[in-house]
Amino acid sequence: MQCVVTGGNVKVLGKAIHSLSRIGDELYVEPQEDGLALRSVNSSRSAYACFLFAPLFFSRYAIPTGLNFRCKMAIKSVQSVFKSLATLEKTVEKCHIGLDEQKDRLTFTLHCKHGLLKTHNLSYQDSESLEAVFDKNSCANVFRAQPRVLVDTVVHFPTSLEEVTVTVSDERMWVRNHVEDEAERSKAMLTELCLAADEFDYFAVKAHYSITFCLKEFRGLLLFAESTGLPVSMYFDEPGSPVVLSVTDSVLEGNFVLATLSDNHDLHKIHIDSTQKVDIGDADQPHPPDDFMSDDMDAYLIAMDTSAAPGPSTADPPPPSLATFRKPPAPNYRTRTHSEEEEEDDGEEDPERPPDKKFRSLFFGSVLPPSSQMNTQPLTTQEVLASDSEDETEAE
Amino acid sequence: MKFRGKITDIACLNHFTRVVTTISKLTKTCVLRLTPDHLFFILPGKVTNGGVGMWCQLLQANFFQEYQMEGVTSEVQEICLEVSPEPWSRALKTVQSAKSVKLKLTRKHCACVTVAAELPTLSSVGRVVTHDVPVDVIPRRLWQEFQEAGVPDFDVSVYLPPLKTMKSVVDRMKNLSNFLVMEANLNGDMNLKIQTDLVSVTTHFKDLGNPDGGPSQSRDPEVMAEVTVDIRKLQQFLMGQQVNPSKALCNIVHQNVVHLVLLHEDVSLQYFIPAVA
Repeated sequence: MQCVVTGGNVKVLGKAIHSLSRIGDELYVEPQEDGLALRSVNSSRSAYACFLFAPLFFSRYAIPTGLNFRCKMAIKSVQSVFKSLATLEKTVEKCHIGLDEQKDRLTFTLHCKHGLLKTHNLSYQDSESLEAVFDKNSCANVFRAQPRVLVDTVVHFPTSLEEVTVTVSDERMWVRNHVEDEAERSKAMLTELCLAADEFDYFAVKAHYSITFCLKEFRGLLLFAESTGLPVSMYFDEPGSPVVLSVTDSVLEGNFVLATLSDNHDLHKIHIDSTQKVDIGDADQPHPPDDFMSDDMDAYLIAMDTSAAPGPSTADPPPPSLATFRKPPAPNYRTRTHSEEEEEDDGEEDPERPPDKKFRSLFFGSVLPPSSQMNTQPLTTQEVLASDSEDETEAE
Repeated sequence: MKFRGKITDIACLNHFTRVVTTISKLTKTCVLRLTPDHLFFILPGKVTNGGVGMWCQLLQANFFQEYQMEGVTSEVQEICLEVSPEPWSRALKTVQSAKSVKLKLTRKHCACVTVAAELPTLSSVGRVVTHDVPVDVIPRRLWQEFQEAGVPDFDVSVYLPPLKTMKSVVDRMKNLSNFLVMEANLNGDMNLKIQTDLVSVTTHFKDLGNPDGGPSQSRDPEVMAEVTVDIRKLQQFLMGQQVNPSKALCNIVHQNVVHLVLLHEDVSLQYFIPAVA
């Protein structure tokens, strides 16, 4: 595999990697026919990001046909190749990415001014495929805005803030900080910002939903969008369904898929009717009895496909418990089923997965221990989705 | 009890933000006392604060273009709230470009001071950001403490050297000792001294000048009045200062308290550091 990035695109690539570092600790690299895919996911599987760089992004993009290669590496090491973007912009003329399968390394060679060559040999590990399944086009609410508008919005929220709630009506979008527990409510500062529809390039609301998601990961995308000046598109549905944020241009596409909290009772007084009142029958839920269940708070993860080889998804109906969680499951959030994944080698299992996580094929309850609710992970009531080789009996 | 103030002038907004930020660096919580003409940020010098006291007085007309308040009763035109200045400072810092900023006392899930800013946008509708900062209303029986502390009968009053210089001296001294001796005399001399087993360091400032109307002229101008203070408290005071004041002076009550007074335009800030026992 040989890819060459030249000129200003080197900085774009570097920015994308820095953005991905806000999501997870590892970078998944997959050279595909349609371009180079760089992905990352966080450990609780509640945030996923993917940048796809089309062959035209590169001045040279040569991958051997039939190359079925996927790897992952520590994102910090890749970041160090692209540190100090300002100097990168001034000194690097091109960046050459090569694959050395014998030595399990990806080589990043920066061709700088004055004939200087900086070579970084980064070891990788083989990895399973990481691809979230989502369908932007079926989302009820779609927006597009210049990055400046969104950056100016998030600046009002402290950087330590974990989660924001976005509520929409036909003409307005409200963004406010989300305060998790009651005790904090009386102490915490509540910030709310209202954006009018005409501040957006595109504002289409079909349903007045209110979603809560992690701000830190959102800022990760804004980092990229602001430096490239690309407008940001936002797609979301009812609470619990992930929100998808995208930046696109002719040679690249970046998608950030963030899980949202699903709530079945009003947490805040909001300006418009929340239409989401879902009955969650506890008895039907196949989760272990964690503390968070008594809060009636659930968060759904994006459908994750972690099978080793991409194959056609079978048309198995989603497990029955999904139906009890909410209204008929949106057809877009499918994933590979167990039967297909069971064939996969156990060794494919992501070694980073905390041992106590259990995997199901679709949305299901988080198995994080209750104490993890207090940790810095935003949506700790997240669930890990697709399992590749877990015990089938765990499935609903 | 009502309060509503509006700032539309950018310079006023800037100045107010700086004052609130300075206060937020000095203390985590303090009392906000509102009267028809003034705003006071007060930290009563209590043992719980380590005896540190703060009194900051602002003339409302110099900051707010609109200001309305109704006190707790029709006779008592005052409101006392316990506030945490840090969220205010954060909220104000991000709205420096606002067309207008309103502060009002509201009741949401609890009593709050709402900072509502109208931000300039390209769209037809202005963008409004509101920050609700919870506050506690202080019961009237506790208001006694918030009446102005009289200026103590000090022994020496002297103008301070440039705060930046003082800060860099104190910062370095802090590495060596927890206690610092501040002494000054009526000759315009001030010394900052620390002493440990291994080393003693003194920084001498001369020709600082003494304000008029000082203590009895019968006092020998060479004799120093001194106070030993906790160096961190002095450092905290110096760290918070963002702008060079137009007047900065220090009143010392021998072995008792250091009273620092800063005047900047229309804001007066007084800070009391007690002597360590």
